[in-house]
Amino acid sequence: MALFDKHQRAALFDPLLANNPIGLQMLGICSALAVTTRMDKALVMSVSLTVVAALASLAVSLIRKYTPNSVRIIVQLAIISSLVIVVDQVLKAYLYEISLELSVFVGLIITNCIVLGRTEGFAMQNSPWISLLDGIGNGLGYSLVLLAVGFIREFFGTGRVFGFQVLPLVSEGGWFYPNSMFLLAPAAFFIIGVLIWFLRTWKPEQQEKN
Amino acid sequence: MRLDSSAYTLGFTTVVCVVCSLLVAGSNVLLKDRQEVNRLLYLQKNVLQASGLVQPGEKIPDRKALEIFRSRVEPRLVNLQTGEYVTDMDPSRYDQRRARGDPAQSREAPPNPASVRRIPDVAKVYLVKDGDGYSQIVIPVEGLGLYGTLYGYLALERDTSTIRGLSFYENRETPGLGAEVDNPKWKLLWPGRKAYGDDWEPRISLVKGGAGPASQDPYHVDALAGATMTSNGVTRMLQFWLHDLGFGPYLRKVRERGGP
Repeated sequence: MALFDKHQRAALFDPLLANNPIGLQMLGICSALAVTTRMDKALVMSVSLTVVAALASLAVSLIRKYTPNSVRIIVQLAIISSLVIVVDQVLKAYLYEISLELSVFVGLIITNCIVLGRTEGFAMQNSPWISLLDGIGNGLGYSLVLLAVGFIREFFGTGRVFGFQVLPLVSEGGWFYPNSMFLLAPAAFFIIGVLIWFLRTWKPEQQEKN
Repeated sequence: MRLDSSAYTLGFTTVVCVVCSLLVAGSNVLLKDRQEVNRLLYLQKNVLQASGLVQPGEKIPDRKALEIFRSRVEPRLVNLQTGEYVTDMDPSRYDQRRARGDPAQSREAPPNPASVRRIPDVAKVYLVKDGDGYSQIVIPVEGLGLYGTLYGYLALERDTSTIRGLSFYENRETPGLGAEVDNPKWKLLWPGRKAYGDDWEPRISLVKGGAGPASQDPYHVDALAGATMTSNGVTRMLQFWLHDLGFGPYLRKVRERGGP
């Protein structure tokens, strides 16, 4: 017996490329601009969001049949914000200095449209197991873009990957002259734009028809 | 009961809220001790950075930071009004920020440009040991920036005027603008500047348009680009804490004694 059936596989893996939350749905752009100057920051943010998206989807799906329609959004937000606070507390306890650098952005996961988009758009109509997979999948889709953008920015902006110097800098006797433009927020905007362009050229079905 | 009845909705939301608050409160209680350890270690690392024992921007393992701090840095308590050391209290147990909020251990500050509201009676300074003597005095500074209070440390040499470094461990300024007070390159502009003029009035300030090298332009440091309010805040807080209401009396005593 396969681990996942066809629907479950789709829930988990479609958000990576075919239905990427940033690439296709254009959600969560704000934090993708802010936390991608270094890969370690991007990774911590990715893991945080994936955990929140997965657990929020699971929790919302578990209580979906008991949730009154009139208060469903605020109930989802209460669950999401509680999870975000817990994640923030864990980061402060185990990754203190990174948590200071991520500062407001972890808190802003609450307003990240990916999380609420998946709980409202998917978990409210589907069973817990597949909702959990959908949450993880969308978190991973977000992570993929974040890490790709983080890699490009850190590599060209500082010549480093995960803080390790891979290209020798001119200032330290090497040949690589870092382009600090990559470290500014507008650079992330262009990088994401270019990535989406590549993605849609490769998968033309994602192009929007006028 | 119907799912959309008011009573059910009220009950349901109450249950959700209680469960969520238990989750939040529980995580806080469980992780509090660890966070506190992290916070203290972070303060110690900042003292090390201000004093140049660790270079700004240099990452060092926690254990090494603790080792340097224990062997080179000595916390001391100072009575701000008299400028004398306080010897009947344990510096490691003293929390200056808590004391500042406690009316029994602090007083209200007169209106001042740095927007410091309360001044603690006793402040915690850090002396840096070099061989048998002390080579630096690290004083805590705080004051209003644009969005909130900045907290940091200013390291001075034995002459109480030559700056070794400045490091902020907490700020709520705009990332990329005011929050650049954390930028290692900016921090490296500080060593060698002079805090006091010849008349021993605080003179250090941040200026727009570029300050010269420390040897030619000792009283000025480049302001932060795009962050006038934060830069003004830094100038005001340094002048406040170097003045009579802050560490002025203490630093005067240090000069009279010829060392910390």
